Amino acid sequence: MAIDLSLTPEHRLVTESVRDFVAAEIAPHIRGWDERGEAHREVFERMGAEGYLGAPIWERWGGAGMDYISFGILCEELERADTAFRVVMSVHAGLNSLTLLQWGTEDQKERWLRPQAEGRKLATFALTEPGSGTDAAAMTTTARRDGDSYVLNGAKLWISLADLADHFLVFATVDRSLGHRGITAFLLRRGMPGLETHTIHGKMGIHAGNTGGIYLTDVRVPVEDRLGEEGEGFRIAMSAIDQGRFTVAAGAVGLAQACLDASVRYARERRTFGEEIGRHQLVKQMIATMGQGIEAGRLLCWQAAWRKDRGLRSTRETSLAKWFCTDHAVKAALDAVQVHGAYGYSSEYPVERYLRNSKAAVIYEGTSQLHTIIQADYLLGYREDGALRCPPVPSQPYLDAE
Amino acid sequence: MKICVLVKGVPPVGTERLGADGRIERTTLEPNGADEYVLERALQLAESAGAEVSLLTMGPESATDALRKGLAMGASSAVRVGDPRLAGTDLRGTVAVLAAALRRIGPDLILAGTDSSDGGAGVAGPAIAARLGLPCLVNASAIEVAAGSVTIRRPVAGGLETLRAPLPALVVGTQLLGEPRYPSLRGIMAARSRTIETWSLADLGLDAPAVSTIVTGSAVPPPRAGAEIVRGDAGAVADRILAFLDARGLP
Repeated sequence: MAIDLSLTPEHRLVTESVRDFVAAEIAPHIRGWDERGEAHREVFERMGAEGYLGAPIWERWGGAGMDYISFGILCEELERADTAFRVVMSVHAGLNSLTLLQWGTEDQKERWLRPQAEGRKLATFALTEPGSGTDAAAMTTTARRDGDSYVLNGAKLWISLADLADHFLVFATVDRSLGHRGITAFLLRRGMPGLETHTIHGKMGIHAGNTGGIYLTDVRVPVEDRLGEEGEGFRIAMSAIDQGRFTVAAGAVGLAQACLDASVRYARERRTFGEEIGRHQLVKQMIATMGQGIEAGRLLCWQAAWRKDRGLRSTRETSLAKWFCTDHAVKAALDAVQVHGAYGYSSEYPVERYLRNSKAAVIYEGTSQLHTIIQADYLLGYREDGALRCPPVPSQPYLDAE
Repeated sequence: MKICVLVKGVPPVGTERLGADGRIERTTLEPNGADEYVLERALQLAESAGAEVSLLTMGPESATDALRKGLAMGASSAVRVGDPRLAGTDLRGTVAVLAAALRRIGPDLILAGTDSSDGGAGVAGPAIAARLGLPCLVNASAIEVAAGSVTIRRPVAGGLETLRAPLPALVVGTQLLGEPRYPSLRGIMAARSRTIETWSLADLGLDAPAVSTIVTGSAVPPPRAGAEIVRGDAGAVADRILAFLDARGLP
């Protein structure tokens, strides 16, 4: 039996349970939170209490020990409510915690990963800078070795949860002349002298989330809080992004699904020329195209999840899913506004929020242009994945089954 | 202390429909909402008083999903009485089967919800208590257990009444017991290793119950026409609704 696309009872329960959570804790409030630009940390804490923040982390480290299909479902259902809550999964669980699971020492997992997986500490990831995004190797944040510690200086920008997180996975270069081979990863916590954060205002979307910057002024980090080896940071960042992109892809399926749900509801309710607008062929086309991309995208996510569950490298598959699903979410949101007509343009209906939220994901975690190049390079044979000192780790259910 | 919660698998509310055979389709089932309130209280008692919570249902294979959710919420075991000969069983048969299963489980306390969202009879709990010869306390808005007894509070005309009965007993609880929890991810994972036992009629030493009430017909009422959806500026919407009510002589 080569392929089995059936969901397990646990997958169905995760779907139902997250839907119930979202219906009670997020859906009734999200319009107001988004309009007022309020990030509600207490909801993130409740997500922690339900086990969401440690969903894919092994139980041994305080997580829920779920497989990647479940993790994808969780991201999809959260973003179906609002992007801000999936973003928490991306930075806390995907980019930070799963990276610790793969690259951390036992001691680091105990001190940093466990409190994150148990939902006691909120974590984020800081690679991007005011002057470097896709070109991460151009970063200017420096780490200077001084005895048993490093001294970090620089600034990070566009960091999700910058003003709310307790833990930060920060990248800095120990020698700018080495390019990406100088990049090194560090574990920082709020309250360290010299670490300051701020919030960015005026974002187009994701108003119920927190995005900001981090200033590092002579922040002293002990050697035992360096993640991986000196100069290994770029590889660590790339494997982190393999996880972050998965959450973004699965979330984008949820956003597109929300667009479809709202559009179907409206198309069955709104009448023009004496019939439901769903009877008009060009509306049907928009609905059908939304559904097409949702199902194709979900399968791409499952393909990536299937590899991740087994501890197989999934850089290519994850990039493909992220590229396809986020592009499709923008299209679905544009069409959802179109189906809703003038009402779609107002915040009385959720689709304008979906449209504003959808745009960020074709920029962060690799722009659609970058993913296009990555996919072409795999196809042309210009790119292949090298071996990692710490290879991806399988999910706990897969390990248990072995 | 062993608590057994009766959980009925019902079609998700809002998706119910009659099948070709005129019966409610039971392909996808979830726990009956009213049962989740008593399950929540049972789980709280498990946490505070060290009780052990089991689940009991009678229904087709699809009813196991309802039990699995209960296990993920925190129940420690579950039994489904399932037998092809039980299809179409009426209330009397259901009560006989569940009573026989409860004799085998032997709980100190049986908890039931007020009624089911599909059948809605609301008498299975008390009827089971009668059949088992157990004290029955209904309409409970609070449930406490102590050595050898259960105490409930229930709203009555003019106030609240507190009642106590010796164990074993059956209590029917209401939604005033409090909101049920969501299955946490850890709960869902922990429930994977708990098996749902399936008991047949033979396991219970029963013959197929005689069906004394027969469905003689079923029909789907035609959709009602004439609903008006009002949209637009809040003031204009309010005016339209007032005019609508006014035209019908409503306050």
